[in-house]
Order: sequence, then structure tokens, then C-alpha cells
Amino acid sequence: MDKITVERLSFFYGAKRALTDVSIGIPERQITALIGPSGCGKSTFLRCLNRMNDTIRGARVEGRVLLDGQDIYAADADVVALRSRVGMVFQRPNPFPQTIFDNIAFGPRVLGLASNGSLADTVERSLRDVHLWDEVKDNLKQDALSLSLGQQQRLCIARVIAVKPEVILMDEPCSALDPIATLKVEDLMRELSQNYTIVIVTHNMQQAARASDMTAMMMLTDDKKSGTIIEVGPARRIFTRPSDPRTEGYVTGRYG
Amino acid sequence: MALATLAVVVPILLVLVTIFVRGYQAINWEFLTAMPRDGMKAGGIFPAIVGTIILIFATGLAAIPVGVGGAIYLSEYARDNWATRTIRLAMINLAGIPSVVYGLFGLGMFVLFLRFGTSIVSGALTLAIMTLPIIISTSEEALRAVPVEFRTVSASVGGTRWQGIRYVVLPQALPGIITGVILGLLRAAGETAPILFTVAAFYLPRLPRSPFDQTMALPYHLYVISTQVPGMPPQIQYGTAFVLLLIVLTFSLTATLIRSFFRRRRQW
Repeated sequence: MDKITVERLSFFYGAKRALTDVSIGIPERQITALIGPSGCGKSTFLRCLNRMNDTIRGARVEGRVLLDGQDIYAADADVVALRSRVGMVFQRPNPFPQTIFDNIAFGPRVLGLASNGSLADTVERSLRDVHLWDEVKDNLKQDALSLSLGQQQRLCIARVIAVKPEVILMDEPCSALDPIATLKVEDLMRELSQNYTIVIVTHNMQQAARASDMTAMMMLTDDKKSGTIIEVGPARRIFTRPSDPRTEGYVTGRYG
Repeated sequence: MALATLAVVVPILLVLVTIFVRGYQAINWEFLTAMPRDGMKAGGIFPAIVGTIILIFATGLAAIPVGVGGAIYLSEYARDNWATRTIRLAMINLAGIPSVVYGLFGLGMFVLFLRFGTSIVSGALTLAIMTLPIIISTSEEALRAVPVEFRTVSASVGGTRWQGIRYVVLPQALPGIITGVILGLLRAAGETAPILFTVAAFYLPRLPRSPFDQTMALPYHLYVISTQVPGMPPQIQYGTAFVLLLIVLTFSLTATLIRSFFRRRRQW
């Protein structure tokens, strides 16, 4: 069952076309990885899935993105509500310069999800879900920026799941982390995929091979001007028997 | 370089030291808390002190909501088009207008046209308009210094734009905004020309009774006793200058302390 269906999505920054005819079905409660060389529009595509590109002036979208069958770009779609259903984790850990507690509580607070009593429960559950609880439970009033980068990134993931989204988008979530912190985040993604649909952009082939269920290969189109998905399939097949020679070249490290 | 520094610093120090040394002698309990007597040649400057403090707060009351609101609009909502460019251009020009022009504008607009009379309301509004460019430009700068990603993150967990501003951006920008506000109000506190026609009383040995009352104020009082009253004892002049400087320095010290207190907590 596909959680998100993308139909012939094209994206423009002003007159410049960045994505051309991207189509993909993103299966529910699985991890879908987007791989491909730099500048082929992976992050742009990811940001189309929760309309984070809307803030850019001159941004324009063609095609459809269906979340549970509803077009998120429909005229009457509620962007703020959409983003509470489709959360996002960024490349660099970016906690607010506030306490650990306030960071996690931010989403529930602005969405009016929790009274003060249940807020503490939400914070604890979110921190437990990312295995940060035991490390920080005595220091919830501590500044979030005093944590290590790996902890900060897990905190950012906890901040997203505190609002109980259905989909989590991750834009190279491990690129600023050391290998051990990276493995922790990957294990975490694996666990979270039991409850959440996850889409991750990664430059790390091993990571995509290890951590994803589905893998989508993105490339620039032949005129080199915009990006598109050239092949989608189960990760195991993409990394062992890709059908497109460009995918094979990329995953085996011959170019890209 | 050193010579240039000296050329700037030495005269300022000389002025400060003269006023402090000579003014300090005039300060006593009566001078600070009594009404003026004998055509201001004796007694205290209490109503002028109170008047200046009232004017500072009344100016803040008018200027802070508009100024900070305007800064939020310019930094967070406004697009770069001819309207916002005009606003910015107007602000730069407003900042360069001589203060006596503000005084005349206040006289025409608030005292006469809006019939507020020569009153605290008229004076505070005039001073507020004069301080707006300072408050808006420093606040906008403080808001822009907050990294874009905080706004993005707020949006990415489902916050509206206003919630991101209210709960993340504003708290981060607050020290800068407070500094700008205090600097703006300081300028207002020391100005004579804008209050000359709009609020200041020449000689009013009592405290103001309503916002539509006149009041004495330190800068104008200083101007009056320095130029308009023959045979004025110099220690009263120096004492008045000393008190005005003290109020201004206290405010600016507060601004510095607030800024350094918050800066220690900021870590991005």
C-alpha cells in the first residue's frame, strides 16, 4: 500500500526547471531511500513532499503528489496541517537554542496537542523512541546545544515524532555525524519504520543498501538540466541487479 | 590613529568630568526631591526629573509596539517590492531629519490638528516618531540575525509562520531588540527641540496630573536655566546636566547588561 503517490511531478525555480516528470509510489511503513549524484534534485524532490519549497519565491509545481489519495498541492490543501503529518529532519542537527524539554515540546505546543500533564509524557515517550531518554532524563532543563551532534540529531528526530506525523522525511540526516552516531540513527530508522513511513536522501551507498527497503535512483535528464527518477525497486535488487546501466554505474562507484 | 582617538575621546572626557565634578556638588536631597523656587534659582528639579522619566516611558509605550511590529513585518513578512523599498528609504531619511523638525511636526500634528494640546501625549508621540527609525532598524537587524533554519524547523513540525516567529525567532532576537529600544528611548530622553513646542513647561512647580497635562523635562529645563534666566547659579545648571547624564547613563548601562546577559546564553 502506497502512502504517497507522486505522479509526473515537475518543479521549477522561476524559469529554471529542477525536476522533470518524477513518478514514484512510496510504500507505507517502509524506508525509501533516494540516491543519486549531487545536484540531481534529491533534496528538492524531498522538500516537495511536505511543501517546504513553498517558501522559495518563484517556486512552481506541476503534476500531483497524493498523500493517502489526497493531492497535497490542491487549492484547498492546508499546508500547516500537511507538515504536521509529514515531518522533516535536516542535514545538520538544528535544535532550537532552548532546553531539551522545550525542543521536544515545541511541536505539541504549537499544534495545541498536549496539556501540561500529558506534555511531559509526550516528551518522555518521544525521547524513549529515539533512545535518548536514559542519556538526558536527568537534564531535561539543560540547553539542547550542549548535547553531542549525534544526540542532537536524535533529539531533532524526537522533536518530529512528538507531533505523531505519518511520514518522516530525512535529508541526509547522518552527513554531519561520525560512524557510530550514524549507525545509531540507522538502527533508529529501522525501528521507526514499524510505525512511520520514512523517506531518506543519502549520499552514502552503504547506508542506502543497509537501511532502505525501497531505493530510488535519481539522475539528471539527458539534457543535464533537471533531475528525475530513473529507476525504483527493492533496495536488494537496485544494489545487486539494477536494470538501468546508469544505476549500475552509480552504485558500483564507477561515476557519480 | 592614536591621535584621532585622542581627538575624539579627550573632549568627551573633559565635558563629562567637568559636569560630574561641578554638578556633583549641587546634588543633595533637596535638589532631587523639591520643587523649584524663586524663579528656579533655588529649590530642586523634582518635576523635571519626573517629567523626563514619564516621557521616556510614554514614548516607549507608543514607539515599542509600532516599532517592533514594523520590524517583524519588514523582516518576516514583507517582500522586496517598491512599497517596502519606499518604507526603508523613508526610514533612512527620517533618521537624518533634524530634531527641531520633529518638534514642529508634533506641534502641527498632535498639538494643533489633533487638539491634544501642549501635553505629555503630544510630546511622547513626537518623540516616538523620532525614535521609530532607530527601533525599527535595530530590531529588524536583530531578527535577521536569527538563522533561517529555525523558521524552517518550526514550519517542518507544523507551526504557522507566526508561531515560529513568536516562539523561536522573537526570543532569540529579544536582546538585540531591547538594546535598540533602549538606545532609541535614550535619544528621546536627551532631546530638547521635539518637546519644546509639544509638552515642555517653562516653569511648572508641580507634577503633571494627567496625560494631557504639561510637564517640565530635564533637557528643556537645562536649556531654560542656561539661557533664559539671568543670574542663575551655575551649580544648579551643572547639577541639572549631571542628573540628565546620570539618567541617560543608567539606561545605557542597563542596555549593555541585558545584552551581555543574553549573549552569554546564545550559542549558535
